[in-house]
Amino acid sequence: MRRVTTRATPPSPIGESVPRRDGIAKVTGAARFTSDLSVPGMAWAKILRSPYPHARISSIDTAAALALPGVIAAVSAADLADVELYYGHALADHPLIAHGVVRYGGEPVVGIVAEDPATAEEALALVSVEYDPLPVVTTVEAALAPGAPILHEREAEQRPQRGFEEAIERDHPNVCSSSTQRWGDIDAAFAGADLVVEGDFRYPISYAYAMEPYTAIAHWSDGGLTVWSSCQHPFMVRDDLARCFHLPLSAVRVIVPYVGGGYGSKSYTKIEPLTAALALRADRPVKLALSIEESILTTRGDGAVVHIASAFDGDGRLRGRRAEILLNTGAYAENSPLVGRKAANRICGPYRIPAVDVTCRAIYTNTSPASSFRGFGAPQGIFAGESQMDEAAERLGIDPLEIRRRNVVRPGEALWSKARGMDADLDADLLLAADALAWDTPARPGRGRAICISASDAGSEPVTTSLLRVHADGSVTVTVGSTEIGQGSSTVLAQIAAAEMDLPLDRVHLLQSDTTAASYDRSTGASRTTTLVGLAIQAAARDARSQLLEWARDALAGGGTVEPAKGGVLVAGVHHDWGAIVRAWFAGAGGEVVGRGYLRRAGSMTAMPPFWEIGCVGAEVSVDEETGQIRVERLVTVGDVGCAINPQLVESQDVGAAIMGLGIALSEELVYTPEGSLLNGNLVEYRVPRASDIPPFTAILAERGDGVGVYGAKGGGEGALNPVAAAVANAVRRATGIRLHEAPFTPERVWRALRERDPGREGDG
Amino acid sequence: MRYLVTLQVNRTSYPVELEVGRTLLSVLRGELGLTGSKEGCDDSECGACMVLIDGRPVNSCSYLALQAAGRQITTVEGLASGTKLHPLQQAFLEHGAVQCGFCTPGMLISATALLAANPDPTEDEIRAGLSGNLCRCTGYVGIVAAVRSAAAELANAD
Repeated sequence: MRRVTTRATPPSPIGESVPRRDGIAKVTGAARFTSDLSVPGMAWAKILRSPYPHARISSIDTAAALALPGVIAAVSAADLADVELYYGHALADHPLIAHGVVRYGGEPVVGIVAEDPATAEEALALVSVEYDPLPVVTTVEAALAPGAPILHEREAEQRPQRGFEEAIERDHPNVCSSSTQRWGDIDAAFAGADLVVEGDFRYPISYAYAMEPYTAIAHWSDGGLTVWSSCQHPFMVRDDLARCFHLPLSAVRVIVPYVGGGYGSKSYTKIEPLTAALALRADRPVKLALSIEESILTTRGDGAVVHIASAFDGDGRLRGRRAEILLNTGAYAENSPLVGRKAANRICGPYRIPAVDVTCRAIYTNTSPASSFRGFGAPQGIFAGESQMDEAAERLGIDPLEIRRRNVVRPGEALWSKARGMDADLDADLLLAADALAWDTPARPGRGRAICISASDAGSEPVTTSLLRVHADGSVTVTVGSTEIGQGSSTVLAQIAAAEMDLPLDRVHLLQSDTTAASYDRSTGASRTTTLVGLAIQAAARDARSQLLEWARDALAGGGTVEPAKGGVLVAGVHHDWGAIVRAWFAGAGGEVVGRGYLRRAGSMTAMPPFWEIGCVGAEVSVDEETGQIRVERLVTVGDVGCAINPQLVESQDVGAAIMGLGIALSEELVYTPEGSLLNGNLVEYRVPRASDIPPFTAILAERGDGVGVYGAKGGGEGALNPVAAAVANAVRRATGIRLHEAPFTPERVWRALRERDPGREGDG
Repeated sequence: MRYLVTLQVNRTSYPVELEVGRTLLSVLRGELGLTGSKEGCDDSECGACMVLIDGRPVNSCSYLALQAAGRQITTVEGLASGTKLHPLQQAFLEHGAVQCGFCTPGMLISATALLAANPDPTEDEIRAGLSGNLCRCTGYVGIVAAVRSAAAELANAD
């Protein structure tokens, strides 16, 4: 690991790669995931899914299934008249079980609850469902064509209260949402340009593949509902459950054990309302554990078709950018309206562009619902935008590194009006990547190099709380609503609390992601936890310390003078630690002080986004011209994170994100036929990177203390994914002369492009 | 039809009554409470369920429990000696080889088998040896480094 640091030295244990808090549990097999849990009296659910991508349900007969010994309940929408079926945090368009119509192949139609999983599975075959098939659309082009079948005949309830500042516009019934970014005189920018580059790019429908499939357990008791779920945002799930089942928020408890991977795919609500509905009808605790094949049908990333044009001056300076992005959003909105908003924002890159006209529309199709996926709208547009930066550099005879250096915004400069000024030194990041690739020396023959950069308006909404309890022995419990999904938040947040309270790390413990016992956090996504939850913990620690100072004055100094000191106070020259103050104030052996930390859109969090997340990636590639196979010879990431609270964890995030990006660049794509069949909904045919696929890797951390978070920190973990496809495509161009417009760059696509380059070459046809 | 058999798991004998079709993974997790081995793909693709049977790595999701009777089964719970971690477990912690932890049990089992067969593997041999175990968090870089480091540690201990 390489660290480039210009920030002030933070207090211990900040900046130290302390061991993961969850490490020993995870290497010994002791860590419990939702799939490892059971509840006394628990029954098992299996789901009958639609074989049709679009159809009306004309009848459902569950009598034979219910007659099978061991079957407890068979539930369809008709059995849930007392439940609000439709959920969704942007648009409430998603029924928890098919309601008269199925809109994608694999949509849940009937849930069976039985004493054991095998019986539930057996009963599925005994359910009889009759369908009237409807016409199908699986591509954005088909969905917008005249006479296209309409997926949603009723307008869904819009739910702007969850951070949607603008109304969701729908200019066609199959448009789920529409977002724009416009400023400057775009016509003049293009009219006066020395160079305009224009093209179409396609980004695949991808699958995040969290190794732990979606799993939930629902248990109704004492007038309320408890759900254990493998989810990222327990409080969002709680809100949807409360709404579906007409419960107060306080009657719903969502608990998140260890989560086996998320990457956005476990953001927001998934199978929890269905599991709770099955438990309600079965009158038993119910576990629903999906298979990987079912998980692939539950959520995937938005595919994109991007038409983009960029106007340049002769010296390579950007004058304007036009883009139209169409997202293949699948059957339901899920989080795609927000993905679309972010795609529109992020396609401009970290560049100073005087005029911009971008539209992004999320389009309903008869495919599985798309939602958040690491990078979140950025990689779709960055592939297109960064390809054009290299194309312009080539046509203008400017070095691709130099054209980026001429266009990136400077520290403090806003990308658009009212946005937070750039909290990163992008020029310095580019130079770090260039240095790691030995940019100044020519590449070996047959190889090509590229450097690409992105900036994401990250952090989501600043709505976060924390409680920090100092116990009578001076140890500390911190409660946060943020979820440990493998990123290491349980370690990093404990480090922050320890530093803020001057305590050794082993005196601090965390309680996370329990909507009844832990404090509120909006979400675990958008790379926000270290920055936003870190600030909430800092505020809670300051509140606790201020109360402890008062208490010391009251109980130890008789109202006299108290001096703050490391890990406690000095009264007449004598040190009293936190525990001594608590004990003295309560005049006994027990008691505790509760510090409160709130973060909202105020103070340092007034300007949005909360921070900019930078992706800066370098790649060197070679191409086997006989087979079209791309070989990545080196991958470089620059993690511009302000202050790495735990450098090893940050580096792990960057490496993991970049390799995930590499998978999408080279092989990952869910393929739908026009008739709506998913051809490769399994791990054999949807190929994620294996240990044998990983190139030599250089991870650099740039720490300049320029983030809004504690000790100058800001978020990371997604940025390194965003520019990878563009970096590989640009490097392939430099190695071979071919320009790739469609990811993933499979050997077949590369081979065809090579044959187009050399029309006379043998092996044609 | 159920059979009464004894499974030897992590040097402990477990008498269990089994239907013919039960997988070893479902018996380990369901009957014996050894939930360290994970159910991921249930199709021998991801490796999260990997255990050692007589020292050989096997995807326990695709292995019948009855076949394992009379053999020595080792799961991730059996790698440490009491509170002393196996050098591979220690190396995984030190080299950032653990994130969400869902692949970790199977990855450790696979690495154990690899080092037993090849105590001094090259980096390419490690990558090949682990290519039956998927990891979506780490990009494998920390895992490969951990296996190299554990190999050196084990060689020094001999």
